[in-house]
Amino acid sequence: MEEIRMKIAVPSPGRTLESSVDGRFGRAAGFIVYNTEDGSFTLADNGQNMNAGQGAGVQAAQNIAATGADVVIAPSFGPKAFQVLKAAGVKMVFSIVGTVKENIESFIAGKLKESDNANVEGHW
Amino acid sequence: MRIAVASGKGGTGKTTVAVALTLASQEPVVYADCDVEEPNGSIFLRPEVDRVEKVLVEVPKIDESKCNACGDCARFCQFNALVSFNTPPLVFPDLCHSCGGCELVCPTGAISWRKVPIGEISLGTSDGGRISVIQGKLDVGGSLAPPVIRQVKTYLTDDVFTVVDSPPGTSCPVIESLGEADYVLLVTEATPFGLHDLKLAVETVRELGTPFSVVINRFDEGDSGVEDYCASEKIHIMVKIPHRREMAEAYSRGGNLFDAIPELLDIFRSIPERIEKGVGV
Repeated sequence: MEEIRMKIAVPSPGRTLESSVDGRFGRAAGFIVYNTEDGSFTLADNGQNMNAGQGAGVQAAQNIAATGADVVIAPSFGPKAFQVLKAAGVKMVFSIVGTVKENIESFIAGKLKESDNANVEGHW
Repeated sequence: MRIAVASGKGGTGKTTVAVALTLASQEPVVYADCDVEEPNGSIFLRPEVDRVEKVLVEVPKIDESKCNACGDCARFCQFNALVSFNTPPLVFPDLCHSCGGCELVCPTGAISWRKVPIGEISLGTSDGGRISVIQGKLDVGGSLAPPVIRQVKTYLTDDVFTVVDSPPGTSCPVIESLGEADYVLLVTEATPFGLHDLKLAVETVRELGTPFSVVINRFDEGDSGVEDYCASEKIHIMVKIPHRREMAEAYSRGGNLFDAIPELLDIFRSIPERIEKGVGV
């Protein structure tokens, strides 16, 4: 891996780098936040949003910003989450099928596509 | 008297029962459609609509020249309608509940209010003016049903017999629609799903303290679970509606319960009187 210092957040139902990427951003169980500097990672809980009536995407985006992540890799970003992440200066990147680790490696290798727009409609 | 027709489970026949209760009345009657996410009583009552008005709610407007980017408003907001990263806040109007808290906590007076439409109320009459139909309708994609229901309720008075068609479930819109009702009819079906959600609805209505009884729709089609439950909880069963192919046929043509099962007319006609006499209270 090349030398870039950044924190990469990936929504996941699991707790390890071998876990899958969660299909939903706002209502993911949590986020795995990977630090490229030393290869360590932490877990950021998002459980309060799994059953939120509304505003899950907005709250999840704030949770990500609070971890200090520079990048978030996820399958989709709704319009509100997109606005919040953009305001927080967090880069949004589309995930590919695979584990959290595979997605982080692909991102670092420059193989993932950056999101410049919300790619899904608002949803529940 | 105001009777609210509610249910836990959707699709049990709330509108069928509410429309039947309305049509059975021989007095002037108001039918208030508070199932604002999908109001459909008008399909069966076919009112001539006299007037349509917008439902407006207030959402915050930020004066960025006054905002000091402290983020207090966003920290206060429980609905994620305001988000700040030490910046003037982003505003998400469709998450706002118009509570006014952000304005109170703002130290610089940067927050004022603007009105946004979230739905509409239509007012009309049916059956030569005997039936007043008041329908609330939430805009597609909207999430705040209670303000629309509140506005429907501003047209209701105590001196006219009123039937409120409530939304399904047991959440805020239901509570809003049941408020000020003198009596609640809980419509269910004789299935395990119907029973499960009826129990939730019964808990809700008991919490509100409103007298109620149960209407079992398609009672002869499922199992005895609902009747056993009502017996053990000492809940009165006001009407049992049989499952008939004729009802489905009438419904599909916009017809009502009495088109299909005429013998129910007298039973429905007697409901308000039975309630006043204290049956099932």
